[in-house]
Amino acid sequence: MHELSIVMGIIDIARKEIEKANLRKAETIEMDIGTLSGIEFEALDFAWNMAVTGTVLENAERKINIIQAKAKCVSCGHIFNTKSVFDQCPKCNDFFTEIIAGKELKVKAITAI
Amino acid sequence: MCTTCGCGQTDSILISKPPKVQTENLIIDNHHTHNHDHNHEHHHHDQQHGHAHDHHHHEKTVLEIEQDILNTNNLLAERNRGYFEAKNIFALNLVSSPGSGKTSLLERTLKDLSGEINFSVIEGDQQTFNDANRIQAIQIPVVQINTGQACHLDSDMVNKAVKELNPQENSILFIENVGNLVCPALFDLGENKRVVIISTTEGDDKPIKYPDMFLHSNICIINKIDLLPYVQFDVEKAKEYALRVNHHLEFFELSVTSGEGMDKWYEWLKKQIKK
Repeated sequence: MHELSIVMGIIDIARKEIEKANLRKAETIEMDIGTLSGIEFEALDFAWNMAVTGTVLENAERKINIIQAKAKCVSCGHIFNTKSVFDQCPKCNDFFTEIIAGKELKVKAITAI
Repeated sequence: MCTTCGCGQTDSILISKPPKVQTENLIIDNHHTHNHDHNHEHHHHDQQHGHAHDHHHHEKTVLEIEQDILNTNNLLAERNRGYFEAKNIFALNLVSSPGSGKTSLLERTLKDLSGEINFSVIEGDQQTFNDANRIQAIQIPVVQINTGQACHLDSDMVNKAVKELNPQENSILFIENVGNLVCPALFDLGENKRVVIISTTEGDDKPIKYPDMFLHSNICIINKIDLLPYVQFDVEKAKEYALRVNHHLEFFELSVTSGEGMDKWYEWLKKQIKK
């Protein structure tokens, strides 16, 4: 359940940015989260609802861009959508692959008032 | 509420030397920042700057941020890494499920090599000084981090523990993470290498069941090989699974109890400190 640490990180970023801009609270927050970022979305939801109470993110609308993980086969160069960090290359069946997308864990933008 | 695991506890994280030599406990409260009243803080902020009047902030402002959520942890991890580099400290982050033999591996390594290499240890557990006491019993400098309810170490805890420990130059620092094969994967501590340990009493499919930890590790130790005749653990299969996840992994097969395979591990450690 490290998702709560992640939510605390998000709140921290939002608080600093909103204070810096001399604003009060967030109305929306946009995030990029990859399917291989190590985040369980249900756990994130659960942690979110508990943690944002009384912070700049309370009642803020969440927009999560889920980034589909992609891997590149080191053997044949084929790029494919992957479900795990160890999917076989669908073209040459090799496991020798590198993850090139899907590890994102990022706050992109906040709309604040 | 604890902000790390969501339980109802509000225990703080405790960093301290084992009781016999205990000096001062450091309390880290950064994991409880949600308890602060942010509106209140903001109000103060306004007053300090003489802006207590109407702000005209009713219009929406879009703040482009583009910041990695783990940025704070990663920046502090890099600071730790810089400190280790400057003092020529080779730091290893040991991760595994509970019971795979992290502390036993440490004990044996420290006993066998402490004549040749200077060591220090940071122990991470939810509770107790047990592991730190085991290390202290062999006269190795050690600091225990009790994470309370937290399921992993982070770079801030290690930063504070390192200050308490003050490890000497040209040494090896072992950081024994909380026994957990999931959560510690995401948190860089500033280590030079991450070592994941599995033992033959676990399933040989651990690497694909918990791939994140194997993906983020550099070294994989397969421990308890003396038990291979009695357990259904296929070493080659485990290695194949681990390589599917991370083909950069380097393996050591050993038994802390019988000593088999320990020599290769020691050779590798000695090479790292000479670099």
